[in-house]
Amino acid sequence: MPAHNPIFRSPRRRSVLPGFGISAAITSLMITALVIVPLAVLALRAASLGPTEFLAAAWTPRARAAYAVSLGASLTAAIISSVSGLLVAWVLVRIDFPGRRLLDALVDVPLALPTAVAGLVYSTLYVERGWLGRYLVPLGIHGAYSWLGIVLVLVFVSLPFAIRVVQPVLESLDRDSEEAARMLGASRVQTFLQVIFPAIFPAVLTGFALALARALGEYGSVVFISGNMPFKTEIAPVLIVSRLEEFAYAEATAIAVVLLGMSVSLLVIVNWLQQRVARNSQ
Amino acid sequence: MPKPTITSANPLTHRLLVAAAVGIVGLLIVVPLASVFAEAFAEGPAAWWRALAHDPDTRHAIWLSLTVAPIAVAINTVFGIAAAWLVSRFRFPGRSLLITLCDVPFSVSPVVAGLALVLIFGRQGLLGPTLATLGWKVIFSWPGLVLATTFVTLPLVVRELIPVMEAIGPEEELAAVSLGASGWQVFTRVTLPNIRWALLHGIVLANARAMGEFGAVYVVSGHIAGATDTMPLRVEKLFQEYRTPASMAVASVLAGLALVTLVAKFLIERRLEAEARELEAARSLPDTIVGSGTPPDAGPRTSTQGSTA
Repeated sequence: MPAHNPIFRSPRRRSVLPGFGISAAITSLMITALVIVPLAVLALRAASLGPTEFLAAAWTPRARAAYAVSLGASLTAAIISSVSGLLVAWVLVRIDFPGRRLLDALVDVPLALPTAVAGLVYSTLYVERGWLGRYLVPLGIHGAYSWLGIVLVLVFVSLPFAIRVVQPVLESLDRDSEEAARMLGASRVQTFLQVIFPAIFPAVLTGFALALARALGEYGSVVFISGNMPFKTEIAPVLIVSRLEEFAYAEATAIAVVLLGMSVSLLVIVNWLQQRVARNSQ
Repeated sequence: MPKPTITSANPLTHRLLVAAAVGIVGLLIVVPLASVFAEAFAEGPAAWWRALAHDPDTRHAIWLSLTVAPIAVAINTVFGIAAAWLVSRFRFPGRSLLITLCDVPFSVSPVVAGLALVLIFGRQGLLGPTLATLGWKVIFSWPGLVLATTFVTLPLVVRELIPVMEAIGPEEELAAVSLGASGWQVFTRVTLPNIRWALLHGIVLANARAMGEFGAVYVVSGHIAGATDTMPLRVEKLFQEYRTPASMAVASVLAGLALVTLVAKFLIERRLEAEARELEAARSLPDTIVGSGTPPDAGPRTSTQGSTA
């Protein structure tokens, strides 16, 4: 943009607009103090352990089990969120029915509701005497203090991300190509799979990655419902906290760095996907 | 093919799809939300009130949340405006890196963020000894709570402002500068009126997140009842002490707050949409009318993306 737009001059050639200095100062101070320094300290602390010590701290059987639970439950939750999110987004965009705006507003509840409240409520809903547990527990479905419980709360916290990324892309979708496909004799399923889905796929993937990132880091809701049993229902963030409470800083840091590595790789993927989505929608 | 449009599905499919969507949202969101209030008021409003007002530790937690969240939101409002101004009005090396860095807190587990703060400010941390000699306490004290809360809410205000400020463009501000306005005048008379709804949107979202933050705050607070317990931490502690009704009472206050947030968000988004339409309409007018810039009442454009924050 700077090439053909005279307004966006490089600050070195002096922009007409004021405030470059002060806004740059505030922004870089905050980013440095709150993002760069803490993450750098975390990385340095982990690096100071040395490779053998790091592995001994981050790769214990209990830690490996925690990564497995974290990844497994988060992937499952992100898949459920993406599929049901696509369905809800489709209904919100394509079908007009009474209560549509209310449904649309309700989708945002998990963004505003504190995760601790979600965890507390979910654990009371799915226990034996709970509203839903009284029907499910006799069937052998334990939604509280179990792996399933972790997945349930992770779906709750990640669902809005899956919906809100897909929704605007569905809204901006060109209906002409769909109609053309139908006119040319494609069935509804064919039209969806071959015309609509390829167009919204990058958005679905972005929503999936965002949901996964959110689920991987989630702590507040999971501690309430998982029971936190080592090797079974203990997720990585819970293990970090329990190491920290034992003042085992080195071990907590090593596990945190592994978790951070997973999140950062996801951030890279999300950014790449968003660029693709932006390019596709142009 | 006498149907209105060829791509519209039949009514039965529509009904099934709507039923499935309502079922998903109902089971995952509405039932839990309803049960918070049902459980909190199970023993009547008097018991609910007693649980909240007659427990000094709970009272302190409410007070602490009401102090920490506004401080964190205020810091992030200043940061959000500065960063959005920088990113949307100037082109400089490292600009896209800066945008990415603003989003980092979303991808970092709050627990990891809390741990990083402990490694810096804790007793064995980098600055721990220095802080100890100065007599300042950050970890296990309210400054740590503010730092942790500021970290997790960092992206919320910036993310709302950048798309809106990009959409409005710098023309009005340039006009103000060319007419001799000072930087502060440009900001208070041109920029702020244009971004006020987007800013409010970001503040409302940041506040909701700040009041509800659990993981990062849990790590840095040391959960000392009556001292460093915020409302979400109090919910957990009461639950651990098998005082579920009292825990539900505190949870219901937080849930009520979330509902107020959503109503505010809904109303603000309606304003933003209306202003976006005005901006669109002003842009589509012939050049002779808009030639000197967009009308003063033309407001920002919203983005649905922003609300995913």
